Amino acid sequence: MYPDSYQESLAKVAAKRAENAAAEPRRMTADEKDALLKEYHPDYREDQFEEIKIGPNKGEKAPHELVAMLQAHSRVHAGDVDLDKPQYDVDVLIIGAGGAGSSAAIEADEAGANVLMTTKLRIGDANTMMAEGGIQAADKENDSPQQHFLDAYGGGHFAAKKELVEKLVTEAPEDIQWLNDLGCEFDKDETGRMITTHGGGTSRKRMHACKDYSGAEIMRTLRDEVQNRKIPILEFTSAIELLKDEEGKAAGAVLVNMETLELTVVRAKTVILATGGAGRMHYQGFPTSNHYGATADGLVLAYRAGAKLLYQHTLQYHPTGAAYPDQIYGALVTEKVRSLGAKIVNKDGEIFVHPLETRDVEAAAIIRECKKGNGVETDHGCGVWLDAPIIDIKNGEGTIKKRIPAMYRMFEKRGIDISKEPILVYPTLHYQNGGVDINTDCETAVKDLFAAGEVTGGVHGTNRLMGNSLLDVIVFGRDAGKAAGARFKDVEIKGKLNLNHVDAFEDELKAAGVETDLVSPKLLSKYVDQKTLLQGPGIIQ
Amino acid sequence: MANEEFVNVYFFGKRYSVPANLTIMTGLEYAGYQLVRGCGCRNGFCGACATIYRIKGDAELHMALACQTKVEDNMYVATLPFFPLQKKVYDINQVEPTQQIMMQLYPEIYSCIGCNACTKACPQGLNVMQYIAYAQRGDFKKCADESFDCVMCGICSSRCPAGISHSQVAELARRINGKYLTPDAEHLKQRVKEIYDGNFKAAMEDYMSKSDAEIREMYNTREIEK
Ligand SMILES: Cc1cc2nc3c(=O)[nH]c(=O)nc-3n(C[C@H](O)[C@H](O)[C@H](O)COP(=O)(O)OP(=O)(O)OC[C@H]3O[C@@H](n4cnc5c(N)ncnc54)[C@H](O)[C@@H]3O)c2cc1C
Ligand code: FES
Repeated sequence: MYPDSYQESLAKVAAKRAENAAAEPRRMTADEKDALLKEYHPDYREDQFEEIKIGPNKGEKAPHELVAMLQAHSRVHAGDVDLDKPQYDVDVLIIGAGGAGSSAAIEADEAGANVLMTTKLRIGDANTMMAEGGIQAADKENDSPQQHFLDAYGGGHFAAKKELVEKLVTEAPEDIQWLNDLGCEFDKDETGRMITTHGGGTSRKRMHACKDYSGAEIMRTLRDEVQNRKIPILEFTSAIELLKDEEGKAAGAVLVNMETLELTVVRAKTVILATGGAGRMHYQGFPTSNHYGATADGLVLAYRAGAKLLYQHTLQYHPTGAAYPDQIYGALVTEKVRSLGAKIVNKDGEIFVHPLETRDVEAAAIIRECKKGNGVETDHGCGVWLDAPIIDIKNGEGTIKKRIPAMYRMFEKRGIDISKEPILVYPTLHYQNGGVDINTDCETAVKDLFAAGEVTGGVHGTNRLMGNSLLDVIVFGRDAGKAAGARFKDVEIKGKLNLNHVDAFEDELKAAGVETDLVSPKLLSKYVDQKTLLQGPGIIQ
Repeated sequence: MANEEFVNVYFFGKRYSVPANLTIMTGLEYAGYQLVRGCGCRNGFCGACATIYRIKGDAELHMALACQTKVEDNMYVATLPFFPLQKKVYDINQVEPTQQIMMQLYPEIYSCIGCNACTKACPQGLNVMQYIAYAQRGDFKKCADESFDCVMCGICSSRCPAGISHSQVAELARRINGKYLTPDAEHLKQRVKEIYDGNFKAAMEDYMSKSDAEIREMYNTREIEK
């Protein structure tokens, strides 16, 4: 239920609803978009970024919070563990069991590799599980891979690695078929035709969905398949450092049990990083839509091992995070609400932006509207209305309950019926556009170290379109699994496993004059209130 | 935070005073617990945070997702971060979409006594007993539809006297429905073949070789499907 203080604004929105439902708002010109982004998008706030002082991206910018982690101390050093006695010796080690990691595991297993997965929480406790809106693929008659290319490349501000985008869009239909054949339940009509819609920045309706549980449906199907194949998974076990052999090739990792803190050494011929995103870094103090384990660990592990990052300074702020009530502050309100026809309006019920601009433009427009004083004030700042009831006006009553049941439920639980009332929204930290640089085989600058999914950079340039990330994790997850599944056969781990790169990194830190008490990767964010705690050896000695 | 109201909640029997606008999950954190288990997506999708509570003096037991449920005064909370579900392995390419497969993999569903405890416990409000009934009959489509919003938290199974692993039964039904019972998308098959045949290769190469200015122009003037 909305508080009394919102009622006046709600009445204005309701009064304009019919008119707004019929309105066809104008799209911004390229110049208007550029100007808007420069002034209002968080990526352009210079005081929020700093220069990276060491490593392959030395001299480039990244958010303060990320630099602090990239330039922190390792959690483990030579001597802390016996690297000569690995507990596991495998062909392919996969770090992170979300969509990318699970797809990779299935393909590596298919290729005959001895696979081990390790993951921070449980398999599927991942951003993939949370994706609501859908997954893109150009499989309709009026569409084509090159049209998809144009949307993705342009939407990413012409900054993506073209060869990665080509792969993304060309393999998309095949991967939808793959998911379908695994039993994933896409929305179809009675004849089997995929029901597809627009997403922000698409020029064709190519968004496939599984209601608004698209990621959950994909993730639980992949998880079931991983389990059917009996691929071993170490849950509640995080990678805290990569290991190399004496030739500097990636050759395993040191893992920590998140509960007992016990360390484990894995020797592996190839390693696939699939650790996902960084929402829980809370850049610039933004709330986030991401799962609990999204703390940019993969960037830290890869960077210390010598891999290069790409576009680490660009983040995606999803325009419609929930701004009310408190319990879901920052949670995602799927773009599908806008795909289905809902409009964005200010406190007076006026439309100020086309609802399907690319996410960065849409988010910047909302921030501008709030700065102008045209938003609704909240405990956390400000919000604008996403007028969801328009969906049922345009598509018939019951559409909301049928097509976006998760959204309906999320608000219904809080006494808000989104088929009758609008949703209060403000941008939320959603996606890491950049990440570890990879080639078309998903290999990083470190030999035998592969990466796939949100942890990588280059596929989406500096702005990702809705539906291209789920696609990314399936396409590149599978490809990484295939690549490692082929590579391991020729790999010979030379000499002893070592952490020499970590020592070298610590030396570089010192030489660059970086002083810090922090350790990384972050693993989990602290949401515990500051309290006075017992210091020293703890309760049991 | 503007809201200054506090409530008394009992985590594992111990009393803590926490702001009234928190969820059980953020209430635990406010009290000082750094969560590792029992916390995944923090937003109602992953089922990691199954929780049991009872309001003091009330006979009724409530089951909930900790990340989705507000704290209440006099709430006695126990978390259920893990529940031993039975997941049977099978080869999706070998199963046949008949009742037989349920009998073979999950025979315990036929021991359902109809107590409806599963349905009453479901934090997603699903009609769990009904979807198990569909599974018993081999009506995979109905089982799939009825169970679609399941987050596999395991709460239903914790309440089941017959030891059924409901969410795993439903997962099997959904995969069978998605793979075998829903008609194929012909346009998708067609497109996969066209790509395989290399039909788009030349066009793609052409796009890839465009100059920056050309591709920008194409993007900015592209026609957008209504
Ligand atoms: C709310 C939400 C909605 C979204 N909606 C859409 C959508 O509609 N369409 C779309 O295309 N995209 C969407 N996205 C984006 C997309 O879901 C993600 O980008 C994508 O699923 C990431 O997949 P991944 O496998 O790379 O990472 P994840 O799925 O996040 O998996 C990474 C895994 O690695 C684990 N991990 C992290 N660090 C470590 C470590 N040190 N050691 C071991 N394991 C570790 C994590 O715990 C996690 O399990 C959405 C994202 C969110 C958060
Ligand atoms: S933490 Fe995922 S459902 Fe609650």
